[in-house]
Amino acid sequence: MKRLLAFVFVVVVCFGLIAWTSPGLLNSTKLGLDLKGGFEILYEAEPLTEGGTVTKESLTQTAHSLAKRADQTGVAEPEVTTEGSNRIRVKIAGIADEAKVRELMKKPAELQFRSADGCTSATDYCKVELDGSDFVEGAAKVQFDEFNNPMIAIQVKDKEDFAEISTRLVGKNLAIFLDGELLSDPVVNQPLTDGNAVITGQRTLSEAQDLAEIINLGALPLKLTEKYTQSVGATLGQKSLEETAIAGIIASVAILLFMLIFYRLPGVIASICLIVFVWLLLVVFWLIDATLTLPGIAAFILGVGVAVDTNIITAERIKDELRSGKSVASSLRAGNKHSFRTVIDAHITGIIAAAVLFYMGQGAVKGFAVVQLWSIVINIVTNLFLPRFLLHLLVRSGRFDKPSYYGVKESEIRAL
Amino acid sequence: MRYNFRNIDFVRKSKGFFIASIVTTVIGIVSLLIFGLNYGIDFKSGSSVDVAVTKSYDASEVRTFLDAEELGGYTLTTGDNRLSIRFEAVLDEAQQQKLQSDFRSKFDENASFEINIVDVEIAKEQERNALIGILVASIGILLYITIRFEWRFAVSAVVALVYDAFFVITLFSVFRLEVNLPFILAVLTVIGYSINDTVVIFDRIRENLRFAKIKSHEDLIQLVNTSVSQTLTRSINTVLTVAFAAICLFAFGSESIKMFSLAMIFGLISGAYSSIFIASPLWYLLRRNAKQRKPAKVQNAP
Repeated sequence: MKRLLAFVFVVVVCFGLIAWTSPGLLNSTKLGLDLKGGFEILYEAEPLTEGGTVTKESLTQTAHSLAKRADQTGVAEPEVTTEGSNRIRVKIAGIADEAKVRELMKKPAELQFRSADGCTSATDYCKVELDGSDFVEGAAKVQFDEFNNPMIAIQVKDKEDFAEISTRLVGKNLAIFLDGELLSDPVVNQPLTDGNAVITGQRTLSEAQDLAEIINLGALPLKLTEKYTQSVGATLGQKSLEETAIAGIIASVAILLFMLIFYRLPGVIASICLIVFVWLLLVVFWLIDATLTLPGIAAFILGVGVAVDTNIITAERIKDELRSGKSVASSLRAGNKHSFRTVIDAHITGIIAAAVLFYMGQGAVKGFAVVQLWSIVINIVTNLFLPRFLLHLLVRSGRFDKPSYYGVKESEIRAL
Repeated sequence: MRYNFRNIDFVRKSKGFFIASIVTTVIGIVSLLIFGLNYGIDFKSGSSVDVAVTKSYDASEVRTFLDAEELGGYTLTTGDNRLSIRFEAVLDEAQQQKLQSDFRSKFDENASFEINIVDVEIAKEQERNALIGILVASIGILLYITIRFEWRFAVSAVVALVYDAFFVITLFSVFRLEVNLPFILAVLTVIGYSINDTVVIFDRIRENLRFAKIKSHEDLIQLVNTSVSQTLTRSINTVLTVAFAAICLFAFGSESIKMFSLAMIFGLISGAYSSIFIASPLWYLLRRNAKQRKPAKVQNAP
């Protein structure tokens, strides 16, 4: 009786947890752009100047700057990742004005140093003296003067050119523009002949750091070309989600019914564990902050298939042991013991395949592999250990001793 | 419901299945050499535009509209409240915007668009990566099964795995079904499932080997047959449930994973078939020839 109560308790707690957390979980599951609308662009980066190379550093810096720009538009959580040696993938889900964001993303960071030489007024900086490609890559650094005020040290590639400019502009402003926007307009104090210069006048350290970063970005302008784009309208994504969810529900109901009819008591346990499996997978999605996409859903449903297989293997094995004439309790022990090794072997080969995909794949393939890996791990917990535990509770309670509860007819049992 | 498979001689019947599988494989190779695969948008430069509409429309009017837009060659597929257009050209942003706004003003204010533009290099690279992935995964699986079982199991399992992957590719080539990126995912999933299925049967063979006294080829055949029939209910039930899930996805799921589901259905059935009729008999053939030399090996199996 105690064990039966324990069983009921465990099941009630599980389902209580599921009922309590599911609405929140479902709401907080992030949907990919194929389910919510949005767009994805894969850029290939090339150096702007001939003979230049795309370094890992310049690529991450460019990605960083793209993310910053997307953030500026107020778009919720843009996803910017680098791929391979020269690619950047940008995913932005659920936005209204796609054209505007796309336009903004594509522009290379354009850094210019301008002066008012020959312009109509002293603050009309119309002459471009230097642009991003004139600076030594990554050379802008924050330093401090004797009063501990932050300043930015920069280095130019062409010393003579810079000496000429700075000599000409002594006492005048050299304004720094990024993408046509004035960032700062420091005054040139003396001619600079060694190719090094400092920019002073930054009020705070973080302001100086931001500017240094921008100069570095501007010094590494990578040319971006769109290699692959995917853009999904919001209602179309919604429709895909609904259709796929309906397919999933129909499949799940049919699978649960099949298990109940074919395997009786182990089928009931299997159904409970399958529901826990799906719930736990959603929890993991939430924990690792994953985004659910169509390939993810496909892997998810496949995971359910593998989970069903695990239950079938165990239930079949228990049936076999019962048929050989063992008691229910010892059939359970033997069945679990034997099926354990089989399932682990099958799952490890699955993990090997998924891990290779994860390591080698990109984009959709990678997402698929992540879901596959997690579903295997959770499957081992919820469909190997949990059914065993629950079934043991039931059998030890002594109320479920008839072989017919396990889908075995008396006539099939071999006499010892 | 209980299946009774005691009397099926899987090993001796396997000759026919071997021939059938070799024939399919040859057909596949020939079909691939002559026709290749029907690459979809992911493998051909171009643009695909999917439109979900809220109102009914006239297909011929859409055609007139598209001709007027002058975006080059295209194919139009129409459905109830959905139409997809394939442009051979890569549409730039301005063209996409214009197409969308023109379509909205002419046909349906609330039309929703899905536009995919692709560069061939990316897709080809993904395909190449997937092939390398299959190769690396096969080696990994080969090593794992060799360590846990023995090399004969490993070789047989990998042959079955490669056969399943190729079978799906063959069907897609012969029936000219469209091959897109999700197809690669499906082939990879099929491999995962196929190996899972084979390992379960091999595990039973290994288990039975521990207690068996193998004196003749007859005993070995008997052992394989028994092992396969003992796991057959499970094989059938699993393929039924998993294939049912894939069929649901195919029938009710969204457009974008239809081909994925179809490849899965083929692959799942092939995976169950190859475990029983290819992998197990193949293991027998490999094992039979080794038997005379190392009779003691059986007892030492882990």
